[in-house]
This record gives sequence, C-alpha cells and structure tokens, in this order.
Amino acid sequence: MPEHYPLFYTFHFYFFGVIAIASAIAFVTRKSPVAAALWLVNTMFALSAEYVLLDAQFIGVMQVLVYAGAIMVVFLFVIMLLNLGHPSEIADARGKVPVFVATLIGIGLLSELMATSRSGVAWQYAVPWGFNAEQMGKYGAVGTIARPLFNEYLLAFELTSVLLLVAIAGAVVLGRRRETDAR
Amino acid sequence: MLAESLALSAVLFTIGVIGVLTRRNAIIIFMCVELMLNAVNLTFVAFSRYYGAAGQVFVVFVMTVAAAEAAVGLAIIIAIFRHRHSVNLQNINLLKG
Repeated sequence: MPEHYPLFYTFHFYFFGVIAIASAIAFVTRKSPVAAALWLVNTMFALSAEYVLLDAQFIGVMQVLVYAGAIMVVFLFVIMLLNLGHPSEIADARGKVPVFVATLIGIGLLSELMATSRSGVAWQYAVPWGFNAEQMGKYGAVGTIARPLFNEYLLAFELTSVLLLVAIAGAVVLGRRRETDAR
Repeated sequence: MLAESLALSAVLFTIGVIGVLTRRNAIIIFMCVELMLNAVNLTFVAFSRYYGAAGQVFVVFVMTVAAAEAAVGLAIIIAIFRHRHSVNLQNINLLKG
C-alpha cells in the first residue's frame, strides 16, 4: 500500500531516529556509568518522540514518565549509591578479541533483523486503513489502549499486579542486610 | 514508515546486544538490556498502526516487566556489591565450576 507522508513528518522521523541511534552509540561507548545512563535517557526521549510520530501519544508519555523518569532514576540512584565512578571500575571494556567477536555477532544479527523486517505486513490480518484514527477520535488516546487492556487482556493485566508484588518482595528480601537476620 | 521504524528498532537492538557482549560493568549491561526492551517496544508501536491498539497494550506490559526487572536486578547488584565490593562481572565467577 503506497503511503504518502508530508516532508515535515519524514524530516522529524529521521531527525529523532538519528538522535536515538547516536545517543545509543554514545551510551555503549561511555566509560563512566553516569554519562552512559544520561545518554540512555536521551535515547529514550528520542524514542518517545518517535512514538508520538507513530500515533502512540499515550505510550510516548509513559515512556518519559516510566522509563526516563522512574527506571533511569533508580539506575542513577544505584550508581551513585555504590559510588561506581572510581578508576578501577571505569576501565570495564573487554579486550580486543571479544570486541571483534561482538562486532561480528552484531553485524550478523543486524543483517538478519533487517532481512526479516523487509518481509512487510501480512495484510490479511491488518485492520482497515483509518481504523486507528477513528478509534482515536472516538475514545481518545488513552481510551484506545484502555479498552483492549480492560477487555481482552484483563487477565494479563491482573497477573501483572502479582508480578509487581513478587518483584517488590524480592527486592526487599535481596536488599536486606545480613546483620538484621541475626538480631 | 513501517520499514524505517523496524530498521531503527533493529539498529538499537543490535547496539544493545553489542553493549551486553563488550562491557563488564553489571549496571551498564543492565541498561543495555533496557535499550533492547525499548527497541522491541518501538517494533510493537510501529506494528500497532497496522494491527490495532493491542501492540500498545503489549508495550504497557513490557514497561511493567522492565520496571520489575530493574527493581530485582538492582537489588541483586547491591547484594553482590556488599559481598565483593565490585560490580565488575570478571570478579563475579561463583557459578564457574
């Protein structure tokens, strides 16, 4: 199906895509964990812009709030709590041979993913063109996600609460100090 | 924009894999896993334009799992740091036979 996008849209799509890739490369090459975490936050902001461009406004907001806001703050908090900036920790890249092997694996994986993504969309399963825009107009950006979430995926949604409970209990148990056991 | 989104997602996923394979700092490896999850989320959002909003629902679930994973993983890293005073994976080889 030929799709036409205005230049404004295409320009911003590629603009944020380049920012995301450049930040991701900066992220894996930084020596300091704090700098790496901040570059990853930049990648997530660029991805949130991509979500908005792909008509997923609610997911874009969630990306900023949950990923860039909550999860990365926890990461930065742990990095600073453990004081991971000192020189013995900083030189953490592996030797030449593992980097070479990792690059080869990466090129292989990338070509495989690219080849798979060329195969296109199975149109017989696709919703009719304009269906999403109609849903958005009817229920709004949040309602479009909330309706399937609380109808078809209600069981999964409820199970998510069990997952979060287990994760919280696990984090508390793992974070407990040994001295408190003895008391 | 589907092919471009999938290509961007593939590139970000590959960068995450290369990061996991080349770094030794456990926290940076964790952040690389988060980058891979983000790449997969981009795939879900790109496909949700063609297959309805279910893809965006999956993104919400992936975000929940990522949050739970970050909480437990960072607790494990803190516990390891208390024992070994390092998060360098070269020093953590207890499981090596």
